[in-house]
Amino acid sequence: MKVSLNVNGRTREAEVEPRKTLLDTLREDLSLVGSHAGCEHGVCGACTILLDGEPVRSCLMFAAQADGYAITTIEGLAPAPGELSVLQDAFCETHGMQCGYCTPGMILAAQALLQRVTEPSREDIVDAISGNICRCTGYGQIVEAIELAAERLRQVNMPRSSANADNAPAAPHGDRS
Amino acid sequence: MTAHPPRLKFVSSNRRVREDRRFVVGQGRYVADIVVDEMLHVAIVPSQHPAARIVSIDTSQALTMPGVVYALTGEELAKAVDPLMNGLDTPKVRRYPLAVGQVRYAGEWVVAVVAESRAQAEDAIEKVRIEYEPLPYVIDAEEAITAASAKVHPEHGTNVLLDRTFVWGEVDRHFAESPRHLKFQVKWGRNSTVPIETFGVVAKWDPWREMLDVWASIQMPKYPDQISRALRIPANNVRVHHDVDVGGSYGVKRGIKQTVLVSHLSRIIGRPVRLIEDRLENMRAGDAHGPERLFDVEVAFNDRGIVKSMKMRALDNVGAYAGRSPFQLGKPIGAIVGPYKIESVQYRAIATLSNKAAQEAVRGFGQSPTNYAIETAIDKVAGALGLDRIEVRRRNFIRSDEFPYLIPSGTHYDSGDYHTVVDKVLRHADYDALVRERDALRASGMMAGIGIAACLEPSGGNSSFEPLLNEKNTTTTWMDSCRINIDGVGFVTVAIHTTSSGQGHETLAATVVGEVLEIDPDKIRIVRPDSLASLPSNTPVGSRMAIMMGGACYHAAQKLKSKLTQIAAHQFGVAENDAVYAQGNVTDPRSGKTLSWIDLVNIGHRQYHALPPGMDPGLETTHVMQVPTATKLPEDGRVQMYPCHSFEFHLVLVAFDPEIAKPQIRRYVIGHDCGTVINPHIVKGMTLGGIAHGLGATLLEEFVYDDEGQILTQTFMDYLLPSSHEMPDVEIVHHCTPSPFTVFGQKGSGESGYLGAPAAISGAINDAVSSLGISFSRLPIRIAAISDAIAAADKIKKG
Repeated sequence: MKVSLNVNGRTREAEVEPRKTLLDTLREDLSLVGSHAGCEHGVCGACTILLDGEPVRSCLMFAAQADGYAITTIEGLAPAPGELSVLQDAFCETHGMQCGYCTPGMILAAQALLQRVTEPSREDIVDAISGNICRCTGYGQIVEAIELAAERLRQVNMPRSSANADNAPAAPHGDRS
Repeated sequence: MTAHPPRLKFVSSNRRVREDRRFVVGQGRYVADIVVDEMLHVAIVPSQHPAARIVSIDTSQALTMPGVVYALTGEELAKAVDPLMNGLDTPKVRRYPLAVGQVRYAGEWVVAVVAESRAQAEDAIEKVRIEYEPLPYVIDAEEAITAASAKVHPEHGTNVLLDRTFVWGEVDRHFAESPRHLKFQVKWGRNSTVPIETFGVVAKWDPWREMLDVWASIQMPKYPDQISRALRIPANNVRVHHDVDVGGSYGVKRGIKQTVLVSHLSRIIGRPVRLIEDRLENMRAGDAHGPERLFDVEVAFNDRGIVKSMKMRALDNVGAYAGRSPFQLGKPIGAIVGPYKIESVQYRAIATLSNKAAQEAVRGFGQSPTNYAIETAIDKVAGALGLDRIEVRRRNFIRSDEFPYLIPSGTHYDSGDYHTVVDKVLRHADYDALVRERDALRASGMMAGIGIAACLEPSGGNSSFEPLLNEKNTTTTWMDSCRINIDGVGFVTVAIHTTSSGQGHETLAATVVGEVLEIDPDKIRIVRPDSLASLPSNTPVGSRMAIMMGGACYHAAQKLKSKLTQIAAHQFGVAENDAVYAQGNVTDPRSGKTLSWIDLVNIGHRQYHALPPGMDPGLETTHVMQVPTATKLPEDGRVQMYPCHSFEFHLVLVAFDPEIAKPQIRRYVIGHDCGTVINPHIVKGMTLGGIAHGLGATLLEEFVYDDEGQILTQTFMDYLLPSSHEMPDVEIVHHCTPSPFTVFGQKGSGESGYLGAPAAISGAINDAVSSLGISFSRLPIRIAAISDAIAAADKIKKG
C-alpha cells in the first residue's frame, strides 16, 4: 500500500506492506536511520519519534497509522548541516551519551519536554526520559544535558518553538513559568 | 618506564568527546544502517527443548514461501566450517553456529532461513518442521557437576570444563593459627550487559576477489582470525570494517557464531547476507549471558578483624558451550585479595556446562562477582566481631607505602592510596550524619541500611589467564597499536585499529597525540582502517584502551616528534638533544634559529637531500605496544595478571518501606582513583554507567530458567533494566594516584562503578534487614524477595 507521511516538514511517499512498522518504514524506505530498533516491543525507547510533538514508539505503530500526523525524527532537529540545535549541543557539552544508540530517542523525548516546560525540575526530566533506556551512562550526564539545554533556551531571546527546532509544531509554553 | 611530561595541556582537561557530534544528530553508522546491494536477510528457527536429538528437519515448505532463497541446517553447515574456538583445551565440546545432531538449550539456533527480506524470512521459519527426541537435561550447576547428571556434551564425558585448585601461600597454617573462622555462600545470578543494540552482522563474499567483507557490531579480540579459522579461508581473505559504530557492548558483542553463519551463507548463495538479531534471538540465544556463579567462601581472621587467609570455591554455570567464558574465573586471580593484605588464598575454580544459553565475556570479566564475594566476607567479619565495617577495611587495606605490592597469586599491584580515598569519601559524605540519617529513617518505621564496598579494577587487559588455565596457550602479549601520518600539507591523521562501542577512542587518540605533539587535538583526524590495513589491536577489553591505545599513541607521537626534531637539528648542525621542540616548531636555542612545522613538513615530504643521512622520507610513525609488566608465562600457578589497579570505594544509603520493599537509594557516594584521567567526561560516564549496571545486577536483572529448562526472561518486560527512575544522583569523589607503569600515570576506568556497586547495594540492603536477623545471599535481590523475607521474619517474631 502507498503511504504519505509528513516527516520533518516534508511530505514523503512510500510503497509498503500494510504490516510494516513506522520504524522500519522510516529506516528502510525513507533512509532515515537515526531512529533505532532496540527491543521492538515498546520498552526501550530507542525508536522514539515525535508525532505532533509527542514522543511515540515508532516500533509499535504501522506506517499507515502515521498518515496525517507531523512526524519529527532526529534528522529533523539540526538547524543546518554541521550545526546543532541547543539541545543537541548540550548533550555534547555534558557528554550525555556513550555509544549513541539510545541518543536520538533520548533527545526527542527531551525535546518534547522542553517544548512544554521551560523550567523543568530534575523530577520532570527523570520522568520525561524514564521510557528511554540508556545502558551506557547511568543517565547522570543526560539529565545534566537537559538541564543545561533548558537553561540555555531560557536565555535565548526568541520564541520557544523556533529556538528549539525547525519543525516541531508550536506548543503551549511554560507549564511552570 | 617513561618520564611524565611536565605539564599537561589537553590530557585531564574537560574537552568535548568528538564522537558525540555524529550521535546527537542520528548520524552514527551502526551495522543495521549498512545496506549492501543485493543483500539477503536471515531469520532463525530456535530449539523448543533444553536438550533433544534432532531426528529430522524438513525445510521443503519453507523453501516455497515468497522470497525465500535458502534454508541451512547445522548438519550441512558443519561439513563446511570448523567448530568455533574454545578457550580451554576441550576439543570434544564442539560448537557450531547451528545445532548439529542435538540441541543443548532452549532457544538454540537450529535452522537459518534466508530470504529477500527479514519479514519473509520470519514468515518462512514457521514452515520449517523439526522432529525432536527429548533428552535428559541439567540446569543447576551443583547438579551438573555430579557424576549422575545428564551430560550436555556426552562425548566430553563430563560437564566439568575446568576444575582447578590453586593454593597461594600457607593457607593451612594460617587457618590453623587464626582464632576465628567463618564461612558462607553467596550466589551471583545470571545476568548480562544487554546492550540496547542487539548483535548484527553483514557479510559479503566476493569469489572473484576472494574476499570476505564483514561489517559487524563487534568488540572482540582476534575476530578476523577466528572467522578465517572457522571458514577455513586465509586470514587475508577476511576484511573486517572497523568504521562501524557499535551500539553498546561492555564485553558481550562477540557474535562469532552469527558471523560464521552469515559468512558461510554468503559464500554458498553468492550474495551479501545480513543477520540483525531481534530482541528474542538476542536474549535467549545470542550466546551473550554473563557469569552465573556460586561462591563458597571461608576466611580466617583474628579478634581485630585482620583477615589472614581465604578459601574460595567459585562454581560457574557457563551454559551449553565453552567459548571463552570459563576464563572469567581466571581473570579475578589477578585481584583475588581485593585491596587487602590477605596473606594466603586457596582458590578452586570450577566451570560447568549446563543446558542454558552459552556465556560471553561481560564487563569486568568475572571480577564484579568475585568482588561481591570478597566484600561480603569483610562485612561478615565485621559483623562477627561487632566492629565497624569501614574500620575493618582500613585495618586490612594495603598501605600506600607498600606499593608495588605483591599479592599471593603473583600479581604486583602498581599503586594506590586506599586509606586516603576512604577518608575523602567519609568527609565528603559526612559519614556520621549519614549514620544519623539511617537511624532516623529506621526510627520512622522504614528499613534503612548503609552499604560499603572497596574494590579494585584491574586494568590494562593482558590475557595471562589464558596460559594460566590452559597450558597449551602461550600468550604473553595483548598489544595495541597506533600509526600517525603527517601529510604533505601538514595535517595529522592518526589510525586506530579497532571498533568502539562508546568509549570515546577517537577522543582518546586525538588528545594523546595532541598532547605529545603540542598541537590542537581538534585538528587531528582519526581513522579506523579495515582489519587488513590495521596494525595489531586487541580491542577494548579489560579496561585497557587508555593504557594500551593511549600508550601506543603516546609512543608513536614521541617517535614522530623525535623525527621532526632530528630533521631540524640536522639543518642547525646540532645534536638532536640540543634542539628544542615546542608546539610543532623546532628551535636551536644557541643560534636562535627556528624551523616551523610547515618547513619540517616540506623537508620530510619533498627534500630528501635535506634529511639526515639514512633517514627515510615521509613523516609517518607507528608503535605496537606491549602490555606493561607482562614479561613471562605463569610459574607455579602464579602470574602477573594486569598491570594497573584502579581503586573505588562505595558508600550507599538505601531505604524502603517494609511492606512494599522497593529499595530506594537515598545517597550514593563513590570515591574513584584511576590515576591520571585523560578525559574527565568519559571517565565520569563510565563510572555512572557502571553503577547503573551494577544496580541492575543487584536488584533487577536475571536470565531466569524454569525447571523445564525454558528461559522466562526474554524481553525487556521481564528482564528489567534500570531506568532513570531507579538511578540515584551519584556523587563522585576523585583521587589520583598515578600508575608508575603508564605514560601519563593513567589506569583503566571502563569497568568502574560496576565492580563495587553490587557489593555496596546488597550490603546496604543486608544492613537494613539485619535487625530482623535475616540477610540475602543471592543476586539479584528483587523486591518480592525482600518483602517475602521480611514477612516471614515478622511471622516468626510474632510467633
